[in-house]
Amino acid sequence: MKRGVRFKFRLYVAGNAPNSLQAVANLGALCRTHLPDQFEIEVVDVLREPKRALSDGVFMTPMLLPLEPLPSRRIVGTLSRADQILMALGLEAVAA
Amino acid sequence: MDINVIPDLLGKKSALKYAGNCGSKADSFPNMRHKNGSFPVSSKAPTGIQGFDQITGGGLPRGRTTLLIGGPGSGKTLFALRFLVQGAAEDGEPGIFVAFEETAQRLVANAAVFGWNLPRLQPRRLFFVDAQPSPDLVQSGEFDLGGMLAALGAQIKAMGARRIVFDAIDLVLDLLPDPAARRREVYRLHQWLLDEGMTGIITVKADGHEGRSGHQAPISFMQFMVDCAVILNHGVTLGVSQRNLRVLKYRGSDFNENEAPFVIGQRGFDVAIARAQVETDLSVSQERVSSGVKRLDTMLGGGYYRGASVLITGFPGTAKTTLSGAFAEAACRRGERTAFFTFDSDGAEVTRNLASVSIRLERYVKKGLLRMVSARTMTGSAESLLVQIKTIAREHRARCVVIDPVSTLAKAGNELTAASVAERLIDWSKTAGTTLVCTSLLDEIDGHANGGASLQISTIADTWIHLNYLVQAGERNRGLSIIKSRGTAHSNQVRELILSDAGVTLADIYTSGGEVLMGTLRWEKESAERLAHEGARVAARLKRINLDAEEAVLRVRAKSLQTELLAKQVEKSLLARTSRSLKGELSRGRSRIQELREGDFGQPGPKGIRR
Repeated sequence: MKRGVRFKFRLYVAGNAPNSLQAVANLGALCRTHLPDQFEIEVVDVLREPKRALSDGVFMTPMLLPLEPLPSRRIVGTLSRADQILMALGLEAVAA
Repeated sequence: MDINVIPDLLGKKSALKYAGNCGSKADSFPNMRHKNGSFPVSSKAPTGIQGFDQITGGGLPRGRTTLLIGGPGSGKTLFALRFLVQGAAEDGEPGIFVAFEETAQRLVANAAVFGWNLPRLQPRRLFFVDAQPSPDLVQSGEFDLGGMLAALGAQIKAMGARRIVFDAIDLVLDLLPDPAARRREVYRLHQWLLDEGMTGIITVKADGHEGRSGHQAPISFMQFMVDCAVILNHGVTLGVSQRNLRVLKYRGSDFNENEAPFVIGQRGFDVAIARAQVETDLSVSQERVSSGVKRLDTMLGGGYYRGASVLITGFPGTAKTTLSGAFAEAACRRGERTAFFTFDSDGAEVTRNLASVSIRLERYVKKGLLRMVSARTMTGSAESLLVQIKTIAREHRARCVVIDPVSTLAKAGNELTAASVAERLIDWSKTAGTTLVCTSLLDEIDGHANGGASLQISTIADTWIHLNYLVQAGERNRGLSIIKSRGTAHSNQVRELILSDAGVTLADIYTSGGEVLMGTLRWEKESAERLAHEGARVAARLKRINLDAEEAVLRVRAKSLQTELLAKQVEKSLLARTSRSLKGELSRGRSRIQELREGDFGQPGPKGIRR
């Protein structure tokens, strides 16, 4: 973990399903815009690591699991609305 | 900036249409699959729910999907769980339960109530997946079930699962933003199930009545899509809970289309089947079993037939229970397991009361041969009572069953169903070869001899014994008559049923001047006859003595006459001799005279003497 990383995310995707690809792109864009240099994203493909999906209780894809600073509400979908995501992460101030 | 993307993720598998649609899974069970990837329809996966397997001719379509529709508390989850337990424990088909509603922990705890030991099967043969959507899940944009299906695909492969249940799929579908998306996911799921070759159950909620799932478009869509659909209903009729199950469709198989009542009982799920379609030939027994009353056996030509249904009707207090108790005791004495259901009073009370007429049941209860079931506490519809009776009888492996009184069934709720319940009861006892004795209460007001009218049991029972009172000369006495007894010669006589501390016996009744005599009158008649008989006996003796005396007199007279006769005879012979010697003397005298008168006569003398 690099210095300055405050936000850690785990994003579950299903292979290269369109909505999964969108989610990866959307999350990347959001983090670059609002959380520059303080984030880390792990992308897990359920097709390759189904056991992890089971143990994490992930049954819909794509799904975002915010891990740090605090595990918070899961977000399911293509993560297309940045304001919604930030609100869910408790980052309304950043969005403003 | 740091994005740790797992390498190769985006480059490969571009041909995947749906997540989890992997060919490799099919290959792991090559000989279990058909060419086209599905099983022949005739192959069925038993659910272990006896009645249901009979309705559908073997269970759910193997390798296909079944939709289970029902309102809240209608037993969907239980049905589905039972299906998996059957596969895991009995049929060597491991299963996965995807729980969208309840947690696995709670499901396992609930199942323990029914005596299913799920932890024993977990996790190798039965695997629970907790998939409850978290309540604070944030939705942002499109998503699908691909991830879940992929994960499940791996689990299926790992444990070789053949069965899968998606419980309350509607919870997940509700998260989807629009009907099109819902439909898409349902289709994805269905296709996935087919591709995996899994025998699947999907349960969905439907509010209230079947078919009223208007706003739940995916459900109606699913009904068309799946190969089998089953509707569970839980309603209340006249204040009595009533559960029904109906097979809506079953592609490629015939099935019973009628609603079948079912019960969620102590052992889980039990479906009552209206008519056993398979059993055609019952093995009919020639064996007779004792009714417990010797003279009644004689009246019936040897007793009840084994496997027969016997109905004992009568007004309150006509000793119906006693008669059925006698039957139970006789059965236990033969060493046959017996179940005695008493709806009127407590089992212990019945035992005590019967002991007063020398029907001792305690020892058999202690031995475990006899099971007294205080059914007063049983509640529910006639249907559920029947199921409970059947379950207990089966558990007890009872060969003889007594239900006292069966008329209770008619009172429990719906009259419509009560009529068929009696039929089913008798059907069941015949199929199981159980000898069934039912008592039925008649209302005094109703008049007599319409034995359990609403149950209509009297027409289908094999033997019908009627008990009634005869009030006469300030007394009430019990009379017993056999109204019918199929296939047995039976007496047409009314007998008096006598209960005493020596036991139960039957006595002939007297008819005098067209009147039937029972009780004291019978006794009086009997003793009068005894007296008359005694008198006649004495008179006969007297007569005999008189005759003896007369005979003796005559004998004496005969003797004296004989003696007289002898004397006369002696006298007669004496007379003859005297006259002969007199004659001789005379001739001798004449010859002497001739001698003396020599030469007087020229001719010899004798010629001249003969005259």
